[in-house]
Amino acid sequence: MLKKIASGPYLVWILLFILIPILMIAFFGMVRIDPETGNYFFTSDNFKRVFEGVYLSVWTRSIFIALKATFICLVLGYPMAMILSRMDVKYRTIAVMLFVVPMWMNFLLRTYAWMTILGKNGVLNKILTFFGLPQMTFLYSEGAVLLGMVYNFLPFMVLPIYTVLSKMDNGLIEAAEDLGANKFNSFRKVILPLSIPGIVSGISMVFMPAVSTFVISNLLYGGQYMLIGNLIEQQFLVVNDWHFGSAISIILMIIILLTMAIMNHLSGNDPEDGGANLW
Amino acid sequence: MSDKIIKGVSVTKEYGGVAVVKDIDFWVKKNQFLTILGPSGCGKTTTLRMIAGFERPSEGHIYFEGRDITDLPPYMRPINTVFQKYALFPHLNIYENIAFGLRIQKMSEKDIEIKVSKMLELVNLKGFEKRKINSLSGGQQQRIAIARALVNEPKLLLLDEPLGALDLKLRKEMQIELKNMQRELGITFVYVTHDQEEALTMSDKIIVMNQGEIQQIGSPTDIYNEPENAFVANFIGESNIFDGLMHKDYDVSFSDYRFECVDAGFGENSPVDVVIRPEDVKLSATGDGQLSGVVESVVFKGVHYEMMIQEQDRSWMVHSTDMFPEGSEVGIQIDPDDIHIMCKEA
Repeated sequence: MLKKIASGPYLVWILLFILIPILMIAFFGMVRIDPETGNYFFTSDNFKRVFEGVYLSVWTRSIFIALKATFICLVLGYPMAMILSRMDVKYRTIAVMLFVVPMWMNFLLRTYAWMTILGKNGVLNKILTFFGLPQMTFLYSEGAVLLGMVYNFLPFMVLPIYTVLSKMDNGLIEAAEDLGANKFNSFRKVILPLSIPGIVSGISMVFMPAVSTFVISNLLYGGQYMLIGNLIEQQFLVVNDWHFGSAISIILMIIILLTMAIMNHLSGNDPEDGGANLW
Repeated sequence: MSDKIIKGVSVTKEYGGVAVVKDIDFWVKKNQFLTILGPSGCGKTTTLRMIAGFERPSEGHIYFEGRDITDLPPYMRPINTVFQKYALFPHLNIYENIAFGLRIQKMSEKDIEIKVSKMLELVNLKGFEKRKINSLSGGQQQRIAIARALVNEPKLLLLDEPLGALDLKLRKEMQIELKNMQRELGITFVYVTHDQEEALTMSDKIIVMNQGEIQQIGSPTDIYNEPENAFVANFIGESNIFDGLMHKDYDVSFSDYRFECVDAGFGENSPVDVVIRPEDVKLSATGDGQLSGVVESVVFKGVHYEMMIQEQDRSWMVHSTDMFPEGSEVGIQIDPDDIHIMCKEA
């Protein structure tokens, strides 16, 4: 009984701030306004438009760059998580803190910081000039966007993998070595398979924000570079076509849900095992 | 070529300047069942881990069949371990757990199948191939851990308190099974435990350790009947230990009485510890023993009664099938070969 009462506020919260907005977006996506009468009418035009050629290329670009960012985060993050989990407990807490502290700072601020580093008169170019090298364009490139994504989302890859690795029973690794596995084999046959839940949540945690971001691409590439996030932002704030914007949002949501479902399936874990639900 | 399969020479292990194992020498003969016995923290597990290769001795060397393996990583040693917490791989089924070592050796699938099913038969778990590890009971997991180690046909099997987590009845069964396996397969076992009864039941040879040092090496009967010092006497079964004075060979006195005994070589008029096992004390109704005392308490233990006898300022523990009621006066009789003399510890 008490449980029911205690969960009340959360239910209200979910209803007000999650469920109703989603329903509203779904509704907006499915209707348009008749310009003559000013009445809503149901139509699938918004959704059809999402898959038109121009927008399709935005989709592929977004998904592609998000996949790239996720992959780089995984390649960088796994060894980092491994080093963290092997550290002496004395230094480990500090090292993990160092990873988390940047996340306390405003996301925009962090991305702005990269602008001053990468910019035409930024820190990097100043260093190049100092050594008598020609200036280079770092900012306003796809590389800059990728860098921004990796920088911002790397902790989301490192932390779940770190959690899984540091919880792993060292006895299992010893058992593998005892049975004749060298370092490489014990990594391949024991450590890696057992850390899959961490990898899966890391990938989801990076891919989701990477595929939907618009701030990073806005700041580090500028207006002419379109990702899905930018497209949605534009529809709502510039073009003022809430119906088309809503339709894109719904499709994006479906894509994210699908990838999560696939990832969870790939990890092959019972939900009770809990490893994948670190966040 | 000696028949010593493994030999440790002045092996020391320190952690941050604290010695956990202090300059010990040990060896194991082929096909022997050796037990390292001691209380927790005595260094027995560290010793086992040095043999397995998980720890490197701070000083000293370990030899396997005469070859120095001190610096060899665990995966290059022809030794397998049964871990205290089993350490079975949760992401693999039982078949794959047992096949793990064989796959590393790149054995053919056909041979793996034959060996794994033979092992499952040996540990009485046929038909469990596809089961997940967490669906097994503790006893079954224990058997899989043993099978996973034995399937590699190691020359030496290390067992780190493998029965510690099992209940008493299962533990007794597994003790007998392990001993049988060891005899049938002809593999050398090094077994670590803190359970003295387990050690006495299974071993050919026992090393008793305390505080990083070896207290005694010997057969179970040697260790039980002729403990070398008060620690061993106390740790292996229960004992009465009294201060005594060795007048000369075969002549010891304690409690104002001179006893004939079978020990010699302690010098003349030297203070010693006298050890008498509770079951070696014979009680009689009236004062016809060498000493006499009063029964303080009686506890029925099933096979025997455990009685505490107050004799002057000494308290004797006596195990006997004859019961003497509390408060009654009894005679205490000790035969010469039941008196064990030990040097006083420095």
